[in-house]
Amino acid sequence: MREEKIAEKELQNLKEVTIRFAGDSGDGMQLTGSQFSDTTALFGNDLGTLPDYPAEIRAPAGTLYGVSGFQVHFSSADIYTPGDTPDVLVAMNPAALKINLKDLKLGGTIIVNTDSFDSKNLALAKYESNPLEDEALLSNYKVYPVAITTLNATALKESPLSNKDINRCKNFFALGLMYWIFNRPIEPTIKWIYEKFGKKLDIAQANEKALKTGYYYGETTETFTTRYSVEPAQLPKGVYRNIAGNEAIALGFVAASLKSGLPIFLGSYPITPATDILQYLASYKNFGVKTFQAEDEIAGITSAIGASYGGSLALTTTSGPGMALKTEAMGLAVMTELPLVIINIQRGGPSTGLPTKTEQADLFQAIYGRNGECPIPVIAASTPSDCFFTAIEASKIALKYMTPVILLSDGYIANGSEPWRLPDPDSIPEIPVSYRTEVEGFYPYLRDENLARPWAVPGTPGLEHRIGGLEKANINGNVSYDPDNHEFMVRLRAAKVQKIQQDIPDLEISYEQEGELLVLGWGGTYGAITEAVVKARAEGHKVSQVHLKHLFPFPKNLANVLNSFKNVLLPELNLGQLAKVLRSELFIDTISLTKIKGLPFKSSEIQNKIVEILGGNNGN
Amino acid sequence: METKIENKIETNEIKYTSKDFSSDQDVRWCPGCGDYSVLAQVQRTFPDIGIKKENMVWISGIGCSSRFPYYMNTYGFHTIHGRATAIATGLKLSRPELSVWVATGDGDLLSIGGNHFIHTCRKNVDLKLLLFNNKIYGLTKGQYSPTSEKGKITKTSPYGSVDYPFNPPLLALGSEATFIARSLDRDPKHLQEMIKRAADHKGTAFLEIYQNCNIFNDGAFELLTDKETKADNVVVMTHGKPLIFGKNNDKGIKLDGFRPVIVDLNDPNNSVNDLWVHDEFDSSPVRASILSHFTDMPGMPTPIGIFRQISKPTYNEGLKKQIELVTEKKGKGTLKSLLYSDGTWEVN
Ligand code: SF4
Repeated sequence: MREEKIAEKELQNLKEVTIRFAGDSGDGMQLTGSQFSDTTALFGNDLGTLPDYPAEIRAPAGTLYGVSGFQVHFSSADIYTPGDTPDVLVAMNPAALKINLKDLKLGGTIIVNTDSFDSKNLALAKYESNPLEDEALLSNYKVYPVAITTLNATALKESPLSNKDINRCKNFFALGLMYWIFNRPIEPTIKWIYEKFGKKLDIAQANEKALKTGYYYGETTETFTTRYSVEPAQLPKGVYRNIAGNEAIALGFVAASLKSGLPIFLGSYPITPATDILQYLASYKNFGVKTFQAEDEIAGITSAIGASYGGSLALTTTSGPGMALKTEAMGLAVMTELPLVIINIQRGGPSTGLPTKTEQADLFQAIYGRNGECPIPVIAASTPSDCFFTAIEASKIALKYMTPVILLSDGYIANGSEPWRLPDPDSIPEIPVSYRTEVEGFYPYLRDENLARPWAVPGTPGLEHRIGGLEKANINGNVSYDPDNHEFMVRLRAAKVQKIQQDIPDLEISYEQEGELLVLGWGGTYGAITEAVVKARAEGHKVSQVHLKHLFPFPKNLANVLNSFKNVLLPELNLGQLAKVLRSELFIDTISLTKIKGLPFKSSEIQNKIVEILGGNNGN
Repeated sequence: METKIENKIETNEIKYTSKDFSSDQDVRWCPGCGDYSVLAQVQRTFPDIGIKKENMVWISGIGCSSRFPYYMNTYGFHTIHGRATAIATGLKLSRPELSVWVATGDGDLLSIGGNHFIHTCRKNVDLKLLLFNNKIYGLTKGQYSPTSEKGKITKTSPYGSVDYPFNPPLLALGSEATFIARSLDRDPKHLQEMIKRAADHKGTAFLEIYQNCNIFNDGAFELLTDKETKADNVVVMTHGKPLIFGKNNDKGIKLDGFRPVIVDLNDPNNSVNDLWVHDEFDSSPVRASILSHFTDMPGMPTPIGIFRQISKPTYNEGLKKQIELVTEKKGKGTLKSLLYSDGTWEVN
């Protein structure tokens, strides 16, 4: 019976679709979006997601600043971003429509919850008249009005839940409808509902009912005449999971812990958007992970320094304002040459700035922001799944060179997700670590071939020694105020960090190895740059691409790579920080493309710049 | 009944002497500084606390007293201002088998490090905190500290400071420290005993040591240490004993409701049996709080000894136990189980 009906409706095949779910921050849009993404991932599409939520946890209902959104881009081919402009907008109230309409593709689809378009909500959204009656809206977009609240309430009238709780199920109605329109299975979400609400059976059943009602609504109503199908992508063989950057970082450090044989100690203070890492690691107790939710950011890093002194794989996680507070302690870790990874999930700054928005403006802070000559290696993750490998690499550098390392991520890749082909755990190399136990000839500031000092942890008989933040005499590590020794040690610490370059693989250029234009990026702009380059090349523009993970020290061949191109385009979510570093360190000028709106680049913004630079000559 | 609360750090058969604990570094405190005595009493006591030298760690912040680790031939870490307790916490949590000691001053612990101090106490991290309280900033050459008395004239308060001081044992008590004691640099025997008791305690042990800075705050504790005045100005708190002081042991303290009163024991109307009998292990913090307040009450003697010692599981034990329980329940994690958990799918 049902199949007949489906046959009556048109099934249209699409290559890729971008959907944005938007509603009040209490409407469950993040959950709706992530369920849709998980199901889509299971279905076999490649995808990218972008949650966009306000800093207020429950902003007043109906307001413009309380709108929470979740964007998912899925495709039957490789994709690199959560999509520039949505094809479909699900707007649960007038405020959500108002905020998001400007991003929607012209001619795109809008599904609105008409029940929320009453005079009160229209006023809160600062609409003078009902936009659903606006001719321009109706002619420029395909608008599907659905009385989601009423339909949901009618479907659940038998439910023992209160009216308020019934109303809270309406996001599942919307999700069900989207599953129908985009031809996705509803079973994974039903399974998830019972895992999540299993103990509260009434709620689980109501959510399931709402989901199914939404799905069948699409099937039976006359409103929707077309459904769309996006075929699974041809992804490489393997086992996949959907992963967001913060979870990948947590997993990466657990991997580094198992591969090095060192237990993890994380000292951290909750801060958006880094808190997830503390939450994930706190749940990995059966991996011997110790998490310490410290009294403040400073105790977060200093407790980690204490644990590093004791021989742990020590970590501290934070975001910009927390980095500022940890600065003095980073100097101590440099002076005492203890391994430590400092993870900064960058957000909009300065000060409290834009806590839930993304930015790359902490690069100067990471490279330069400490008192004294205080070199700390800096590496940056480029995609959600790359966070896993970057965490491992940061650990490796810290342990091999006995140094703190700064790992930069950002709010965009921290919360955004993508399907990840899981690595074979056995393919991840061991991380060799040894504590000093040999008493004979021991001095705390001896050097190995990498200029690293020995790690002599308390509890080792015969190696009792003292370290601290005062300048150290070379080799014996006693306090020293000797001028020549100070200069020697300053240069030694710098040389040690520079030595890390020996382990950094040469940059590999994608496409032509020399020519008119290279797009250089670092960190979380990778997806947008890659998409822009792929599209520009598809249009016949000759443009190459390279992406930096190691920001301090740089890969050995960076200058050569940049000098092989007439122009280097450098998109950054700041006012051109890497561009300035390149100018001062390598005397190389780049074309700096900057954006500082708390939002990631759209690939079209980069693509347009590529076309503009190449002018009419396509780079030939 | 004696309910001594003991620590369970691996003990030692080797017999050490105090010399084994002195490092090869020249001690650089000003001649006559009270810090020398604290160092000497620690070195004298440590052979008796039965912990292997390599399992002892001294951690300090910044200030005169924070040079302490350099002079001890154990593991030592001279860190940054105010953060010693936080660094010590990280070390203790990562290596619970170590005996971790913090040497700190009134500025280091109670001003810049105040936050870490109260939270260390609250969490009952198994650390020994030795507060060298000289009521002045010595290393920066004489500014008032958070324990300086109101009206103190220093270089930064030429007309007298207008702020009120902290009462350290009271702060520790309010922060739920499980061991709170006070001693004097010039009372070596008593100080040694307190160090030993702190070593034996399991949980945050807070020992305030009145320490004379003979350069910038000389004589701050003279009344308490001078032979002539000491007996009339100090009351030694001893478990199970009445609070008696005075040159001829003729002054007693009794409680009138919540108000302590001094009574003359020469007066036949007053009996020793009515005096306040000190209970170190009192489960209620009320009496310890009154004792802590003695220093703010004109005419009352300054108490030294243990204000209160209680027993409750430490943070480090709790963390360890939780890891064991979860590991027992879930089994030891492997990378494969972690990566390939729920929500995976296969592409062929
Ligand atoms: S300044 Fe005072 S506290 Fe510091 S070493 Fe000299 S006497 Fe001791």
